Amino acid sequence: MEFIYHFGDVFQPLSLALLFVGTIGGLILGATPGLSPTMAVALLIPFTFRLEPAQGLILLGAAYTSTVAGGAVSAILLKIPGAPANIATTLDGHTMAKQGRGAEALQLSFLSSAVGGIFGVLLLIFLTPVLAKWALAFGPSHLFWLAILGVTIIGSLDSSSVVKGLLSGCIGMWLATIGFDDIMGAQRFIFHSSLSGGINIIPALIGLFAIPQVLTMFAKGRIPSGTEVIKVQKHPLRKAVKEVSRRTRALGIGTAVGSIIGLIPGVGGQIAGLVAYDQSKKFSPERDKFGKGHSEGLIAAESANNAMVGPSLVPLLTLSVPGSPTAAVLLGGLLIHGIFPGTDLFDNHPEVAWTFINSMLLGQILMCVFGLYIAGLAAKVAQVPQSVMAAVVLGLAVFGSYSVQNSMGDVYVMATLGIMMFFLERFGFAAAPLVLGLILGPIAEANFIQGSMIANATSGSFSYFFGGTLNLVLIAIVLASIAYSVWMELQNRHVTTKEDAMQ
Amino acid sequence: MTKLQHIVPSGIVAGVALWVTWVSFTQQPAEAFLFPRLIASVFAVLALWTFGKAVLGKSRVGAGLSIEMMRNIAPGLIVMVIYVFWAAKGLGFYTASAIAFFILLSVYDPAPNGEARTWIRRAIITIGFVAVMYGLFALVLNVFTPKELLFN
Repeated sequence: MEFIYHFGDVFQPLSLALLFVGTIGGLILGATPGLSPTMAVALLIPFTFRLEPAQGLILLGAAYTSTVAGGAVSAILLKIPGAPANIATTLDGHTMAKQGRGAEALQLSFLSSAVGGIFGVLLLIFLTPVLAKWALAFGPSHLFWLAILGVTIIGSLDSSSVVKGLLSGCIGMWLATIGFDDIMGAQRFIFHSSLSGGINIIPALIGLFAIPQVLTMFAKGRIPSGTEVIKVQKHPLRKAVKEVSRRTRALGIGTAVGSIIGLIPGVGGQIAGLVAYDQSKKFSPERDKFGKGHSEGLIAAESANNAMVGPSLVPLLTLSVPGSPTAAVLLGGLLIHGIFPGTDLFDNHPEVAWTFINSMLLGQILMCVFGLYIAGLAAKVAQVPQSVMAAVVLGLAVFGSYSVQNSMGDVYVMATLGIMMFFLERFGFAAAPLVLGLILGPIAEANFIQGSMIANATSGSFSYFFGGTLNLVLIAIVLASIAYSVWMELQNRHVTTKEDAMQ
Repeated sequence: MTKLQHIVPSGIVAGVALWVTWVSFTQQPAEAFLFPRLIASVFAVLALWTFGKAVLGKSRVGAGLSIEMMRNIAPGLIVMVIYVFWAAKGLGFYTASAIAFFILLSVYDPAPNGEARTWIRRAIITIGFVAVMYGLFALVLNVFTPKELLFN
C-alpha cells in the first residue's frame, strides 16, 4: 500500500499541470490518424529533460494513456483508427455515429476506457512491487537473458516475419555497441564523427518512430483528407453510464483480455481490442447485432485497449522488459534520467515510481472527463491535412533531437535512422525490436561482461550462463516465443497456400 | 512486390552484417569486441538467411515500394535531406525550418496553387509553426540552436 503515501505528490501544482497537458495533448494527438502513441511519447521526451524524473514520467504516462483513448475519437467520427489499438472500435463505433449516436458512442468509449484503464493501473500497482522483489534474485546471467528475452519476444511476436523481427533486434543491438567501449575505452564501429559518442537513445527513438510516419504521409501525395466528421448530437451522460453498467459482460471480457494481453510483452493493444471484441461477440446472446452499431462491441474493444496500458508497464518497471513499443520508449525516458527499472526504481526512487503510477490512475479519470468534452475539437484536429502534420512532425523531430545534447550529430543520426527504418519497414522489418535492441543492448552487454568475469573466476562460462533453474526458464521462454511465432507464421503460410490452391 | 525489391534491401542488410562480423572478429582489443562478436554472429546468420530467401524468391513479407509512392515521397525526402543535413546548420534552425515547412506545405497541400488565398494560408501556418517552435525551444527549453539569419 506504499502507493497511498505518494498519492499527494501527484497533486503538486506542476505535476497536476503536466498531467492536464499530457492528457489533453494526448487525446488530440491520439485522435490524429498517422500519429501513433509511440511516436507521440517519443516526441515528448525532449520536453522532459528539464523536469524532475517523476514529473517527466507523469507527462509521458498521461500522453500514453490518453493517446490510446483519443484514437477512438477518429475511429468513431471519421472511421479512421487514431492508433492500431482502435481498429476494433471502428466496427461498432462508427456505425453508431452514422446512426446519429455519435455522442453516445464517444461517451461509452471514454467511460469503458476509464474502467478498463483503472483496472489495468490497479493491476500495475499490486503486481509491480511483488515482481520487483522477485527481481532481486536476478544476477548478471539472468539479467543478460532477460535483455535477450525482451528483444526476442518483441522481435518474434510483434513482427510479421520472425526472422526479420529478430534481425531488426540484432541491428538495434549492434547500433547500441557503436562508440567507445565502457571497459577498455576502445573505439567500435565509429565510421562517422557524429557517432563518436555512440548513438543517443532519444534521437534514435524519435527518428525510428517519427520519420517513417512522416514519409508515409508524404507517400500519400497531394490528396485531400476526404473524410468528414460526423456531427454529434447531444446525449445524456447518465444514460451512457447506465448502459456501461448494464453491459458488465462486455466490460468484464474487455478488461480481463486487455489486462492479460498487456502483461505479455510484445503483444499490442491492437490484438487486445480485436480479441476482446471477438470474445465478447462469442459470449453475447445478441451477437447478431455486432458490427451494426452495438454498444457491447464498442465497450469490449475500448475497455481492452486501455486495460492493456497499465499491465504493459509491469514487465518494464520490474524486469526492464517493455510490454509494448510505447513502453520501450518510456524505458528510454527513464534511462535518460539515470533511473533503472526494477529494484533500483522501487528501492532508491520510490517517489518517482509511485508518483508516476498514481498519476496514471488519476490520468484515467481525467482522460474520461476531458475526452467527453474535447472529442469534437480532437476530431477537427484529425482533419488537419497530412501535409501540415508531416511538416510539423518533421520540425518537432529535428528540434527535439537537437535539444538532447545541442548537437547536430544527433539530428543526423535521427534522420539517417528514420529514413533507413522507413525503407526497412516496407520490406517487413520492424521498428519495435530494433528499438528494444538499442535500449536493452547496453544492459545485455554490461551483464554479459560482468557475468563472464564471474564465470571465469568460478564455474566457467557455459555452466554460468546455461546452468541454474532461472537461466533455463528464461532460455526456455526465449525459445518458446520464437518457436510459437515460427509455428504461427507457418500456419498463416499454410492457409494462404490453401486459399491460393482453391482459387 | 518484385523479387528484386526483396533482394536489394536484404542484400544491403547482409552486407552490413558481414562488415560488422568482420570488424568484430578482426579489431583489437578482443575484450572490447566480445559482445559485438556474439551479436555479429547471430546478425550475420539471420541476414544471410533473409538474403538467401530473397534470392530464392521466398520472401513474402512487406508491402514494398511502388513507382507512384516513390514519386510522391521524392520531393519531401529531398527537402528533408537538404533541411537536416545542410540548411539547419547553414541557414540556422528557424530560417531553415520556415523554408522547409513552407516548401513541404506547397508540395503536398491539396489546396489549389492558383489561388492567392492558398499561399497566404500557407504563409500564415508557416509563421505560426516557427513562432511556436521558437517559443517552445528557445524561450521555454532554452535550447541554443546554431547561429542563424533571422533569430539569434
